[in-house]
Amino acid sequence: MNTIVSTFDSSHAVADMSSRRVWGAYLEEARSECLRYLRSPGFLLPTLLFPSVFYLMFGIFLGHANGPDAPRYLLASYGTFGVMAPGLFGFGVSLALERDSGLLTLKRALPMPPGAYLLGKMAMAMVVAATVSILLLSMATFLAHASLTLSQMLSLFVTDLLGVLPFCALGLLLGTLIKGQGAPGLVNMIYLPMAFLSGLWFPLSMMPALLQQLAPIWPSYHLNQLALSAVGLGQGPVWPHVLALSGYTVVLVWLAARRLRRYG
Amino acid sequence: MSNHVAPIARLAGAIKHYGSLTALDGLDLMLHRGELLALLGPNGAGKSTAISLLLGLIRADAGTVELFGLDPQQLVARRRIGVMLQAASLPPTLRVEELLRLTASYYPAPRALLESAELAGIGDLLKRPYAKLSGGQQRRVQFAMALCGRPELLFLDEPTVGMDIEARQKLWTTIRQLVAEGCAVVLTTHYLEEAEALADRVCVMARGKVISEGSVDELRARVSLKRVRCVTRLDVQAVAAWPEVVEARQEGSRLWMSTDAAEVLVRRLLLADAQLSELEVQRAGLAEAFTELTREADSSVSDQREAA
Repeated sequence: MNTIVSTFDSSHAVADMSSRRVWGAYLEEARSECLRYLRSPGFLLPTLLFPSVFYLMFGIFLGHANGPDAPRYLLASYGTFGVMAPGLFGFGVSLALERDSGLLTLKRALPMPPGAYLLGKMAMAMVVAATVSILLLSMATFLAHASLTLSQMLSLFVTDLLGVLPFCALGLLLGTLIKGQGAPGLVNMIYLPMAFLSGLWFPLSMMPALLQQLAPIWPSYHLNQLALSAVGLGQGPVWPHVLALSGYTVVLVWLAARRLRRYG
Repeated sequence: MSNHVAPIARLAGAIKHYGSLTALDGLDLMLHRGELLALLGPNGAGKSTAISLLLGLIRADAGTVELFGLDPQQLVARRRIGVMLQAASLPPTLRVEELLRLTASYYPAPRALLESAELAGIGDLLKRPYAKLSGGQQRRVQFAMALCGRPELLFLDEPTVGMDIEARQKLWTTIRQLVAEGCAVVLTTHYLEEAEALADRVCVMARGKVISEGSVDELRARVSLKRVRCVTRLDVQAVAAWPEVVEARQEGSRLWMSTDAAEVLVRRLLLADAQLSELEVQRAGLAEAFTELTREADSSVSDQREAA
């Protein structure tokens, strides 16, 4: 037995891969994942258009009726709404579809470096989240003339960019639970109610007391609080929300990894 | 132990259950360098389970599974294989060259992109999005992805489904070329002429086990039946009743018979009908051998059941 192993190992240095090439594989995976979704209007258009059209309508055309802070307030909320989608759909729905179509099986059979598949999807979600964030920030600056400092803009951008990660984790878990063509509908049934219940469309103060008290169970509530703090409208300290989002991410990834290991 | 003797892929006593279903029932399989092994068997025989074990996609309940002497779930082992699966829908919006570049990036010393494309006959499709290709072209792209990493072992699962005759011939030529360069191949196929054209060794599986193994000729020789065809006035029913005839039927103007004593039958035919013409005697093909072998396996199982 040992002889067989040693014969193969010594005679084939071929299978040893330089770390430069392994990094290259991660980069290629991320690049391909970004390319394929940027070329897929069915995914990209709704993801970019929903938050920006909402912002245009409620933050810009109707915004000034709601007071001077409205463009800034809605910039934070629609930013949160906007970065949830690439995580949930780009990550979750695509995983659900690819588990069904055999692509994930092929990738598992190929010598793809560990985690490249998930990291590629994460990179794609972050690129799309950055695009949504920049789009909304430009609209806020040039169309709504919102009074934002450069540091506020930067911290909102970073919040949005990192804020996509807990939703990638949620998408990952959903992608391991559901399979196939029904996935987009099911994910929408989580995405839209969660956005509503976290006060992304209407301020929480306008909602029944029970829903206000329940809001902290949604990750989007915490991200929205961080986004509001970033644009200078925050209430209270930032760290409980950072902690809550990190907790969500760790637990969701752990659950998903367990399911993937067991059921593939 | 020398490299020539050490198998590059090995299943020994592999057992796999799916619930109450036994997909593999102590499968033994070995593959050596530069060898083309065709894995045949009816649906549900356990071919894809065997391949999934060797690819590290699933784990065996019992037994040994080795790829280059290692666990197939180790990346180092899989860097030496190429894979073409039966059902894999690739990202539709990616171009052929992007798919090839991505797959090649997983390997330590891949072929140049153009070389892979030429080998698979898709040199003119590199700029096309995958979704815009025909089924046969998509299969060839998948073949290019399988060979782009300069693998020592290729897994080809039903590689020529959806291809026209010309594309199939081209693919066979490339497979032969790769084998000549020392690449081993595990081929599963429903086209027996494909196994006949390519395989050094054929493994027939049924009910999770290898029921027969050998070269194509050896396998055909195991089936003693021969085919006899001729144009004759003789009546089918009458001929079918002869003791040396296993089966007889009319095919257009010809009488078709299968027999285990061709010489006796031909003598009797010529005596019975002096005007008999266009006489042909053929050894049974792999198709007959395959049918015969799997039928034997089936009947031996039902015999056991009856006995029990």
